[in-house]
Amino acid sequence: MSFIKKRFSLIMIAMTLCLSACVSQPEQSVYQQLGGQEKVTEIVQNFIYEIEFNETIFDYFKETDIQRFHDKLIEHICVHTGGPCEYTGDTMEQVHTGMQITEADFNLTVDLLINAMTKANIPHRLQNRVLAIFAPMRKQMIYI
Amino acid sequence: MKIIRKAGLLAVSLLALCHPATAGDGKLLATAGLTQVEGSGGGGIVPWATINGYATKEQISVSAFNTHVAVDDYQLNALGMSLSLFNRVEFSLARQSFDLPSAVIELGLGDEINQTIYGVKARLYGDLVYSTWPQISFGIQHKKLADGAIAAAIGARESDRGTDYYLAASKVHLGAAGGYNLIWNLTARATQANQMGLLGFGSQTQESHQVMLEASVGVLLSRKLAVGFEYRQKPDNLAAFKEDDWADIFISYNPNKHFNITLAWANLGNIAVADEQQGIYLSTTGYLW
Repeated sequence: MSFIKKRFSLIMIAMTLCLSACVSQPEQSVYQQLGGQEKVTEIVQNFIYEIEFNETIFDYFKETDIQRFHDKLIEHICVHTGGPCEYTGDTMEQVHTGMQITEADFNLTVDLLINAMTKANIPHRLQNRVLAIFAPMRKQMIYI
Repeated sequence: MKIIRKAGLLAVSLLALCHPATAGDGKLLATAGLTQVEGSGGGGIVPWATINGYATKEQISVSAFNTHVAVDDYQLNALGMSLSLFNRVEFSLARQSFDLPSAVIELGLGDEINQTIYGVKARLYGDLVYSTWPQISFGIQHKKLADGAIAAAIGARESDRGTDYYLAASKVHLGAAGGYNLIWNLTARATQANQMGLLGFGSQTQESHQVMLEASVGVLLSRKLAVGFEYRQKPDNLAAFKEDDWADIFISYNPNKHFNITLAWANLGNIAVADEQQGIYLSTTGYLW
């Protein structure tokens, strides 16, 4: 038992070391890693395409000015991924108030964003970094 | 299995009639977790804070699982089902059949040990993926042996039933492992069970519950594939047989929100009359609703 415990501690220490090494800051911003304005625009255009073909999520966009959504979302992603932009849109709360977005529909939209990134050839690990940036904003978007 | 599936369908139909909840498909792929060997939502040997199935706040889900463990001298089969309501409460039912080696069968106490586990778990706080702090749940596993003869013969204090209580914390960190999503779980379990309860509960010298720590760490290599490691500290109550902590490494494939399959290599240490028990763990969960 103590032998197993010792081995367990060693594995845990090894994992901790690996993790602290892995989470060290990348040198480039996520915006640069994505491929700058061109790629962000491609992702947003793919995302809009995904939304248009998803009945459940498109319902939320019936009253939306798609051109404005396109422009502001590009700015929004650019700013939060460390790009050289200024966000001139409304706050997340303002945009989503009254929509009463459920957890399930939020996650469905995350799936659409993942599809949009995959179609733009964004690598898996970089997709996760993008999701990690935007996931904390969920509380400003659902059930309001 | 057939009966369990029928019972599941019946439960689902009844619920569908009395509540407008929709099918449980709202969680992100692979974030429903797996079903652990005692029937609770978890990893493989550790119950997690996750509520089984893909249901979110407005949804319900029903799942069925089957797990087979084959180590050097023993085999364990577990099957069961669970019902999850609104990602808040999980009810589970599992039946374990533990095949005994011929040396034990010759003693005339039967050729297998059967145990039924009634589980309930409630999510107290948080969201596995989105909350800043981990998702926290409290759970109970009530275990009932079909026949306590073996447990009584080897010196268990309670030979036919016992209850485990656990508090679990689970969290996904997006992109945290070099860009891969990382999941971890930590569980504290108050238990009297000898080898999960298959060998009864407590002993002449161990009359109360003890707190055991259990942990899991996994990395999602893609949206569908996870690999990881688990450890489960175990009590060592019986004077006659040594009981060791358990560990496993696993790979889990989640092709869609209806199904997952997990293969693991488990090291279960000493079990009753046989030492150094290692082998394969294979588990599938089907999400029926």
